[in-house]
Amino acid sequence: MSEVKQAKKKISLFDFLYNYGTLLTIVIIFAFFTVMTDGRFLQGANMINILRAMSITTVIAIGVTFSLVVGGFDLSVGSVASLTMAVSIASFVWYEQNLMVAILLALLVAAVVGFVNSVLIIKIKIPDMLATLASMFIFNGVASTFSKGKIISQNMIMPNGETSVGMIDPIFRSFGKVPTIIIIMVCIVAAVHVFLTYTKHGRYMYVVGGNPEAARLSGVKVNKYKRIAYILAAILAGVGGILLAARIGQSNPSGGAGYLMESVAAAYIGFSIAGIGKPNAIGTFFGALLMAALSNGLVMLSVPYFAMDIIKGSVLVLALGLTYYKNKN
Amino acid sequence: MQAFKINMKDISIEFPGVRALKNAHFTTEGGRVHALIGANGAGKSTLMKVLSGAYDHWTGAIDINNQEVEIHSTKDAKKLGIQIVYQEVDVALIPYLSVAENILVDGMVNDMGKKQWINWSYINRRAKEVLTRLNVNIPVEKKVSELSLAEKQMVLIARAIQQKCSLLILDEPTAPLSNKETEELFRVVNELKSDQVGVIFISHRLPEIFEICDDITIMRDGEFVTQKFISETNEKEVIEYMLGKSLDESFPKTDVAIGDVAFEVKNLTDAHILKDINLHVNKGEIVGIAGLVGAGKTELCKALFGAEPVTGGEVYLHQEKITIQHPYHAVEKGIALVPEERRKEGVLVHEPVYSNLTLSSLANFTKNGFVNFKKEYEVSKTLIRDLGIKTPDEFQKVEYLSGGNQQKVAVGKWLIADAEVYIFDEPTKGVDVGAKMDIFQLIGRLVSEGKCVVYASCETQEILGITDRVYVMYDGRIAKELVTKQTSEDEILYYSAGGQ
Repeated sequence: MSEVKQAKKKISLFDFLYNYGTLLTIVIIFAFFTVMTDGRFLQGANMINILRAMSITTVIAIGVTFSLVVGGFDLSVGSVASLTMAVSIASFVWYEQNLMVAILLALLVAAVVGFVNSVLIIKIKIPDMLATLASMFIFNGVASTFSKGKIISQNMIMPNGETSVGMIDPIFRSFGKVPTIIIIMVCIVAAVHVFLTYTKHGRYMYVVGGNPEAARLSGVKVNKYKRIAYILAAILAGVGGILLAARIGQSNPSGGAGYLMESVAAAYIGFSIAGIGKPNAIGTFFGALLMAALSNGLVMLSVPYFAMDIIKGSVLVLALGLTYYKNKN
Repeated sequence: MQAFKINMKDISIEFPGVRALKNAHFTTEGGRVHALIGANGAGKSTLMKVLSGAYDHWTGAIDINNQEVEIHSTKDAKKLGIQIVYQEVDVALIPYLSVAENILVDGMVNDMGKKQWINWSYINRRAKEVLTRLNVNIPVEKKVSELSLAEKQMVLIARAIQQKCSLLILDEPTAPLSNKETEELFRVVNELKSDQVGVIFISHRLPEIFEICDDITIMRDGEFVTQKFISETNEKEVIEYMLGKSLDESFPKTDVAIGDVAFEVKNLTDAHILKDINLHVNKGEIVGIAGLVGAGKTELCKALFGAEPVTGGEVYLHQEKITIQHPYHAVEKGIALVPEERRKEGVLVHEPVYSNLTLSSLANFTKNGFVNFKKEYEVSKTLIRDLGIKTPDEFQKVEYLSGGNQQKVAVGKWLIADAEVYIFDEPTKGVDVGAKMDIFQLIGRLVSEGKCVVYASCETQEILGITDRVYVMYDGRIAKELVTKQTSEDEILYYSAGGQ
């Protein structure tokens, strides 16, 4: 026993990097940008900027995290965000509905997409990546078709030549403003963290992701938890779409598509935060923070936008490299 | 030609948290079959991994024919003619490629040099030659994914001997094999032996070791215990060396008063193999399911637990008809299954001990859906102590436990779930003697509390040792019901083999 304890105390540099490599990268990025901008980067106002900018990505990435927890993958989150964006704005502008209807309708549509995904994966048994790849195309198309390939906004010209009369509820618009959007993000991260870590259902989801057969033979309803995870993933992506709509006050065709890759990256970076080694809400938050801080700092340094992806990708390699490069012994 | 002689001296190796080998010795030579035996965690596999170059941070020395050699990679070992066939055959095979390609894969990878083209006729001819040498009949064009487990093992042995092979290490080769396949393997081992190849044979099955081996080395807790000629020892002595203490009785059968019928199955049938199964288990009774590999024991266990679909039949618990379509229903009704494939089905290897133990009864540890971690840890601690699970603490991941201790975790989760009927499917597979005794005692404890136990195993000795009644299965049906006290190994084998 004493031998075991002693070995645990010896934490090598590699163990440290494995556990804290990603956090270290974030610290380095913050320090670097702070120095390069004479402290402007670290000012309160800019921190708020970063938090605001990352909030939509984070919420969608939390959705991706759910699919990863049950051992799956959800590529359709961007399309779901586009869909709820269009549905919520159209509810106001085209159909003159109130706030509750607009939001609930959008979330319902998202849940339906999640349900369809779960049927494709669980019942028809299409591998998760391919099933959600297909539904990514389908629902992106549905969103564009629904909005007739156009931007939906207040006072838009309708097909019959008249101007639309529906107005977007100011409360809806406030969801996209600071501080509400940040508060919503933090609440979602906290709630999902508590759900995954402290509830029976969260435990079951990790178990299903870890070994579905062992879970099944222990009496866990594997398919039920997979289904719930995909529906929650879609609903969270839907919330992301709603926040995006609230933020910009209109609906762009395929407006959510751009969030897919950043969200996936955030969720995967999240694995390695503090050596947890599995998908988790807090990690995803830090993953999104890494991405957002990078974009923000690069803009401040006036790096041309077309070159940003090179640096973003390279920093991603650095963060993941610190985590996964292990000493051979 | 000088006989191949290998000598491992003072081998030590450390892993984070454990000293797996402490100054271990091992010596053997060509033309002999040498058994390496020890309880799980004794270090046999680790020692053989050192010999085959899987690690390079060990200390000590290895001599071949009295000359010191350096073995720090699998390439080093292979150059010296040391080949190993691991227990998990699927890891080493490429399922989409043909038998011939799999046999010659090392050559195709290492000896191609500047050659770019694959010479198919050479590969197929060479593979055929090797298989002919082993006297094994597998079509070389067949895809490996279509082979049986035993055939896959033969492909790996063929791969080993088509290269320079002075010493062949077989790590628990017979564990997944049926009796007939084992005989076939032994024939091949004897042929290699007559070709002056040294064979090291790791196994938990003592009768096999006494059948095939010439020498035996016993290890315990990472240390060398003794080396003997097989002809100069016996099973009892070997077990004592393994455990480091004498064994009073190999099967601690608890005497329990047997009650009324508690669990009954009528005309159970499935779409594949099970036909018209009728059986019953009384309160406090251990009922054995005997039969050869492929007789349908595992399918029956899974069907009783709702893990495989059935097409007909009725199940009664305490005279009440129950419907079980999913393991969830079985758990609800108090039926527990300890499945055969421990790592794949029984435990969550990446999860800590405590969450494995509480998985099937998590509802008892939650309030309004929130898990009470403190209660989980406490119950786990008690259970770890009760079952003698060897682990530093309840937070250890199950993958770092030895096979026997993993099995105790797989059983333990059902103890706190408080089931009525316990179904064990080959619970002692890959489990060492010490842990086996613990598991038998555990089963004894269950029945003394009035539970029902169904014990499926192809180890006839175990069936005879611990059950009260036996159902012998053959080809998906129950061929015969026997009372354990009035039967014999011969009789069980007779009905297992399809005797009427």
